[in-house]
Amino acid sequence: MSEPMLQVENLAKRFGGIVATDDLVLNVEAGELHAVIGPNGAGKTTLIAQLSGQLSPDSGRVRFDGKDITALPMYRRSRLGLARSFQITSLFLDLSVLDNVALAVQAHAGHSFRFWRNARSEPDLREPARAALARVGLGERADGRASALSHGEHRQLELAMALAGSPRMLLLDEPMAGLGPEESARMVEMLRALKRELTILLVEHDMEAVFALADRITVLVYGRVIASGKPDDIRANADVRDAYLGEAETGAASHG
Amino acid sequence: MTPALTARNIAIVALLAGLLLMPVFAELAGNRFLLTLFTRIVILALAAVSLNLILGYGGMMSFGHAAYLGIGGYAVGMLAHEGVLSGFVQWPVALAGSALFALIIGALSLRTRGVYFIMITLAFAQMAYYIFAGLARYGGDDGLTIYKRSQFFNPINLSNKVQFYYICLALLFAAIYLVWRLVNSRFGMTIQGARSNDIRMRAIGFPTYRYKLVCFVIAGTMCGLSGALLANHTDFVSPQMMYWTRSGDLIIMVVLGGMGSPFGPLIGAVALLVLEEVLSGITEYWQIILGPLLLLVVLFARGGIDGLLVKLQGKERAKVRS
Repeated sequence: MSEPMLQVENLAKRFGGIVATDDLVLNVEAGELHAVIGPNGAGKTTLIAQLSGQLSPDSGRVRFDGKDITALPMYRRSRLGLARSFQITSLFLDLSVLDNVALAVQAHAGHSFRFWRNARSEPDLREPARAALARVGLGERADGRASALSHGEHRQLELAMALAGSPRMLLLDEPMAGLGPEESARMVEMLRALKRELTILLVEHDMEAVFALADRITVLVYGRVIASGKPDDIRANADVRDAYLGEAETGAASHG
Repeated sequence: MTPALTARNIAIVALLAGLLLMPVFAELAGNRFLLTLFTRIVILALAAVSLNLILGYGGMMSFGHAAYLGIGGYAVGMLAHEGVLSGFVQWPVALAGSALFALIIGALSLRTRGVYFIMITLAFAQMAYYIFAGLARYGGDDGLTIYKRSQFFNPINLSNKVQFYYICLALLFAAIYLVWRLVNSRFGMTIQGARSNDIRMRAIGFPTYRYKLVCFVIAGTMCGLSGALLANHTDFVSPQMMYWTRSGDLIIMVVLGGMGSPFGPLIGAVALLVLEEVLSGITEYWQIILGPLLLLVVLFARGGIDGLLVKLQGKERAKVRS
């Protein structure tokens, strides 16, 4: 039972001459919140894309819950319980807020070759969707158009959609990106509540949030792991200070 | 919930009532041509409704939709030419042929996106055009005259113009209802999600390709039915039925009437074909007038005519509030 929830073995990906992921090894234990940090261009989003199946690696393996998922397409991984949120908000903007989440519920409710019954009046889809929206604090906005929400609300909606499929593990790609201080604080609280129930891999620039939430932290630089360990160890690690943390303190504001 | 008395609902009910009573008008006016024109409008509206399913709801910009008109039409024409007159054979062959063609085109073209998708659907339709133009046995370029319309059991007689009109109209209404059910079902939500954001759909667990393919085949089959009707209406089929400009006409109907609206394609078909009729009576160069009109709709009324009606309704509501 001590097997990690997610095992990444010697993962590699290059784009032409650029090495985006370099012999990367990473284990995420069941129930932990594991943060991946690194300067811009360290390959964090590329890593998430390979874990979720949007990109396929050149070599290496990804195991989820003991099962080799390296060759599985995105939708199959999602069905196994590996959900992903996007860094750049990626929603169904011309549909209602509730429709967005209901689609995420529907994705996990068997096949969708059902041609007749009105999906917008199926309680099996709408009720879990409303529940997920309430959980992220968007219950009031359910019936508006997704395009009418603010940026912060879009991030909340992202999270609601990831939660709607009752996943076992979340891959979160910069959920705080572009949030104001208050919104960030609210998101941290939400993630703190979620980590009690789910395994989470968090890619994030906001160091305050990362150190507040993470059980373990892995530091990437140029696609390589330069350190991995408990937050205190990472904070004390000289390589990390050199490569990243020192400059991040001054550079954090520009990451937006 | 009862539908409200809004400008849009009144306009649609008026349109439907007008279509239902068209044979009476034609009779009273002593204008036989009016019924012929509207039979044609209703048949092409059915084709536009099928295109709206993939274009309006699915975001699949097919530029080869007229191919199914041709395939459905030729199924009727070729079988009639070979002495098979029963509609119970002709029509299923028309539908199956269109479905098969849609399955092949869709399977290949849906792997691409954007301009490539448009080009591939266009290329396949043009290929079909040249194949039928090369069938010397069935008239080649010149087309094929159909001497007897599809035969069904008594009292159904497609040669009776009024009866034929009502059959076409009934099929059109059935198609609009079917599309409306479809797009609001789980299947339809999947299709609309894929239009809105395909990558995200796959990320949350939908194999979108197969849903889009099924949708593509349903639309093609429906358009094949329209082709079978059109062949019976004109008593003639020719490769011209599937020329790319006809595909363009269908797109214009959908965009003009309102993409992704249940009655939009019907409104668009009526507007385009009536306008064409009226303008071509005024001048030979009627397209010079039609072109700018279309441009205005695309620039200033994104939702087409149906969108304008909805906007009007919004203004009424705003007035009531103030």
